[in-house]
Amino acid sequence: MKKIITEYLKPFYGRMAIGIFFKFTGSIMDLIIPSILALIIDQVIPLNQPAPIFYWGGVMVVCAIIGMVFNIIANRMAARVASDATEIIRHDLFARVIYFSNHQMDTLTKPSVISRLTADTYIVHQMIIRIQRLGVRAPIMLVGGIIITMTLDPGLAMVLIGIMPVMMLIIILVSRKSMPLFAGLQQALDGFVRVVREDINGIRVIKALSKTDYEKNRFDTINTDVVNREKKARMTVAVISPAMNICLNLGLVSVVVVGAYGVNNGTSEVGIILAFMTYFTIILHAVLALSKLFEMWPKATASAERIIQALDSVDILAVQEVTEDGETVKDDAFVAFQNVTFSYNKEEPNLDNISFALAKGETLGIIGETGAGKTTLLNLLMRLYDADAGSITIAGRDIRSIDPRELHQKFGVVFQNDMIFEATIEENIDLGRNLSKEAIKKAIVCAGAKAFVDEKADKSGEQLTIKGANLSGGQKQRILIARALAASPEILVLDDASSALDYQTDAAFRKAIKENFDDTTIIIVAQRISSIKHADHILVLEDGVAIGYGKHKHLMKSCEIYREISHSQMGVS
Amino acid sequence: MRRSQKFEKPQNRKGTLIQLGGYLMRYKWQLLAAITLTIGSNLLALVGPLLSGYAIDAIELGTGRVDFSQVFYYAGWMVIFYIGSAGLTYVLEVLMIRISRQVTFAMRRDVFNKLMDLPVGYFDVHQTGDVISRITYDIDTVNSSISSDLIQVSSAVITVLGSFLMMLAISPQLVLIFAFTVPASILMSRYLVKKTRPLFSRRSRKLGELNGFVEEMVSGQKTLKIYDQEEHTIEKFNVKNKQAVDAYYNAEYYGSMIFPTINFINNISLACISVFGALLYLVGSMSIGQISSFVLYSRKFSGPINEMANIMNDLQSSLAAAERVFALQNELSEARDTDQMTDLTSVKGDIVLENVRFSYDANQVIIKNLSLEAEAGKLIAIVGPTGAGKTTIINLLMRFYDTEAGNIYVDGNAVQELTRDSLRKSFAMVLQDTWIFHGTIFENLTYGKENATMAEVIQAAKAARIHSFIAHLPQGYDTILSDDGTNISKGQKQLLTIARAMLLDAKMLILDEATSNVDTRTEKKIQEAMRQLMKDKTCFVIAHRLSTIQNADLILVVDQGDVVEQGTHEELMKRQGHYWQMYQAQFE
Repeated sequence: MKKIITEYLKPFYGRMAIGIFFKFTGSIMDLIIPSILALIIDQVIPLNQPAPIFYWGGVMVVCAIIGMVFNIIANRMAARVASDATEIIRHDLFARVIYFSNHQMDTLTKPSVISRLTADTYIVHQMIIRIQRLGVRAPIMLVGGIIITMTLDPGLAMVLIGIMPVMMLIIILVSRKSMPLFAGLQQALDGFVRVVREDINGIRVIKALSKTDYEKNRFDTINTDVVNREKKARMTVAVISPAMNICLNLGLVSVVVVGAYGVNNGTSEVGIILAFMTYFTIILHAVLALSKLFEMWPKATASAERIIQALDSVDILAVQEVTEDGETVKDDAFVAFQNVTFSYNKEEPNLDNISFALAKGETLGIIGETGAGKTTLLNLLMRLYDADAGSITIAGRDIRSIDPRELHQKFGVVFQNDMIFEATIEENIDLGRNLSKEAIKKAIVCAGAKAFVDEKADKSGEQLTIKGANLSGGQKQRILIARALAASPEILVLDDASSALDYQTDAAFRKAIKENFDDTTIIIVAQRISSIKHADHILVLEDGVAIGYGKHKHLMKSCEIYREISHSQMGVS
Repeated sequence: MRRSQKFEKPQNRKGTLIQLGGYLMRYKWQLLAAITLTIGSNLLALVGPLLSGYAIDAIELGTGRVDFSQVFYYAGWMVIFYIGSAGLTYVLEVLMIRISRQVTFAMRRDVFNKLMDLPVGYFDVHQTGDVISRITYDIDTVNSSISSDLIQVSSAVITVLGSFLMMLAISPQLVLIFAFTVPASILMSRYLVKKTRPLFSRRSRKLGELNGFVEEMVSGQKTLKIYDQEEHTIEKFNVKNKQAVDAYYNAEYYGSMIFPTINFINNISLACISVFGALLYLVGSMSIGQISSFVLYSRKFSGPINEMANIMNDLQSSLAAAERVFALQNELSEARDTDQMTDLTSVKGDIVLENVRFSYDANQVIIKNLSLEAEAGKLIAIVGPTGAGKTTIINLLMRFYDTEAGNIYVDGNAVQELTRDSLRKSFAMVLQDTWIFHGTIFENLTYGKENATMAEVIQAAKAARIHSFIAHLPQGYDTILSDDGTNISKGQKQLLTIARAMLLDAKMLILDEATSNVDTRTEKKIQEAMRQLMKDKTCFVIAHRLSTIQNADLILVVDQGDVVEQGTHEELMKRQGHYWQMYQAQFE
């Protein structure tokens, strides 16, 4: 929270100071009004004239108006400052996050990044407002109230000051006791939601196995647990309100009794006792408001820290600008891996000594079990990570020496579980690259998407919903392929991009690419032999090691695992 | 983000109230006690200012003449009344927590039991998140409203009425002041609430849009990076961000007027009371003690009136929440098994479908006219493109849905005449969407057969080629699986569900893409186990990979709701139709 205040609120210090001035003055007005009441009763009434009474009544009204206007102005200024500051914080965070390297994203994880951008910035936003409002008003009411009562009657003020620590103590004790109870309740609630979610997702299995009664009992157990925890936590907190009332009211009684002595000794007056009673209420509310602010503080601090952590995250890839290693690679190799080794955790290698070379227009197929390192290889090629050893070159240049922007422009990619955005089909394919209509049309045709796109009411202008929920799996993949093809990339990378296509569509798609994108170098990761069978080179990976490399026919002879996969899929024994 | 629901208006107020009343009536005596306590504690609290007024009158006599016996007498009573009132308040709160606890428990249980009794189709058309928010957030809203708003309303009524009467007793003339200030504050807060309501819902909508945008962009960040769309995306983000903070500010702009305005009206009342009270004192029709009591009562009086607007909003949103809860509760349950139905016993596994027609919604017929015969022990494969209705056939077999026309027979019995439990228990199934719940591996495996022994479980796990993986885990079969499945891969999950199916001794088996997440080599390794699993059972297999179904006794090729071809692999290959085309595509 500190950094947020010192860094992000600094430009607003001036406006905040003005806002606080208004808040301060406004709050003082609220404090003055009851003392005018005391004044009327003790000093004005004995004069026995109506005119001064009206005069002081008028003063009260003026104070009330100033109080209202100033408080509204202050509140609005606080809201403006908080909104402006939040806008900047969010912008900085988003601008940082969108440039995150894969490594950074892996460390923080996507859900956590999302919640930092959404929930955390929201909490900080609210906190900034509250600091300026309650954070200013409550202390003023508290301190100001005490000061005014001190000047009115120090003796009576002692009663008030004496009772405050008791109230504070009760609040602290109760919240200390209730905090772990609420934390435990939250956990139990998470478990409760999990059971419901699980059972909804598994409803078919539950019904198939006739386990509904069993699930009802399981639910009863956790329901009882949650409800009991709720009860305990709320019973604890329930003490606060009656306890505060007792404190307040006993304080009032004490004021009456002590005041009675004061009046009897001539050191106090009746009007003052009356004013005291009003101040008592004001101060009590201030204490309660402050305790709420203190409750929020740890939560806001945690959020602020999470935001700062993401802002301060360092990118290990960005700074590495490697000098050219000299042109050692053969001229005809367009894309080449030379003895590339890489490990995510820098212990066990995920790719071990991988080499291959592709000429322009050639196709490489990569096949292997889940976790064999297929996607890792693609990540290295696009420099989403840097290899630990060995070199990766495109057209003879080490990819680390190529400007990332230039590097990326060479690629058209379909990732595994790639994203369809909430936009039109055309926008999804174009993706902000300002491509020509013809290029997009051609891509749609080649990706085999024309038939279903034309069926849509708005053709390629059709709006897609979040994550492409209004498309089938195969349709989504075809849109993604069209996106990858649309800019006629030098290198086309397809990571398991045709798994949702049936065999016929898959075959037609491969044919279309051959015809229209002859110059494009293609790298296909697939589970099906049929998708990569015709590739110029096929790489078989197992546990990060190349256990086979060559053409289909060659591998059928030389690589046992390849043969095994092929047989099990083609059904030929 | 929940705010948008907050202002939802209840549609069927009367029905909802009756149903909610039904829950409350179970606790009518406790509620009656609660209301009595509320009245009691508020009345006790109301006496306070009166007593303090008397005490002040005793003080007012002036220096050296204060009547201490009177002061102490009234102070003593004040202490007794205030402590009594606080004590009653605490008892009341405890009582209300108990009642709301019981109501919550009952409502959650009723909703959950309903969920278990609903037909499967309900979950196909309702989002999980929505159902969960009903059983958690909505019930909580109703619950907190029962425990706090009810008390607040009744205590507000008592306090307002009581202090009004007290003020009337002290000085009817001064009460006239409220004839102006009360309507003023009611009008003012109504005006502001009306003004801000759309602003607040706009604020939550804009925030929701921003959050949705962030989620989408962060999820697709890798793609955006490769296509160099970072700056473009930031520009779009800036627009959404600006809209969100501006919407927030606009709501605050009016929202932040409410408190100072109400405060202003209260201060004006105080000023009026001071002025006119002082004047009345001058005329001699009021004592200082009376003015003091009157001021204290006026504070009590205006408090609840200001609160009323909030409470009304709360009540409105909790009624809307209750309506959502009851809407779910009032859904039609799966029809109960009747006495005429018989249990399916000593199953053989003969299945006959006769002219079956089915559609999820009337516009789109999924299955037009399907007939087939599956003799006991035969292997039936269903192939065809996605969306052709393969999974629907399974839904009908298990009676998750009922046919529109035609009928299904098991061992010669129409499925409608069999109890659902016995019918469903005679099937074992492994689905593409594996279902693992939070619990130990052992619990997950024995889910369908609770009395299974460890030896049986290990045998099944071995057959499914998952035993060695389990044995290598530190906790072995007692390892707790987490629901998001972070400690286990998709393929392993599927092997677990295969092992689970192996433990059942059902005569009929359904495999819906059962090995789609298992890689080809492992699939080969468990082939023997699958064969064991399928032995002597009538099997329905849905598969993408045609290699897995070549030895089926009958292959059904489904397309757009019709069986377009049926026969064995050889027959279909000879025919050179749909099946042949699909098969050839594998090699192209």
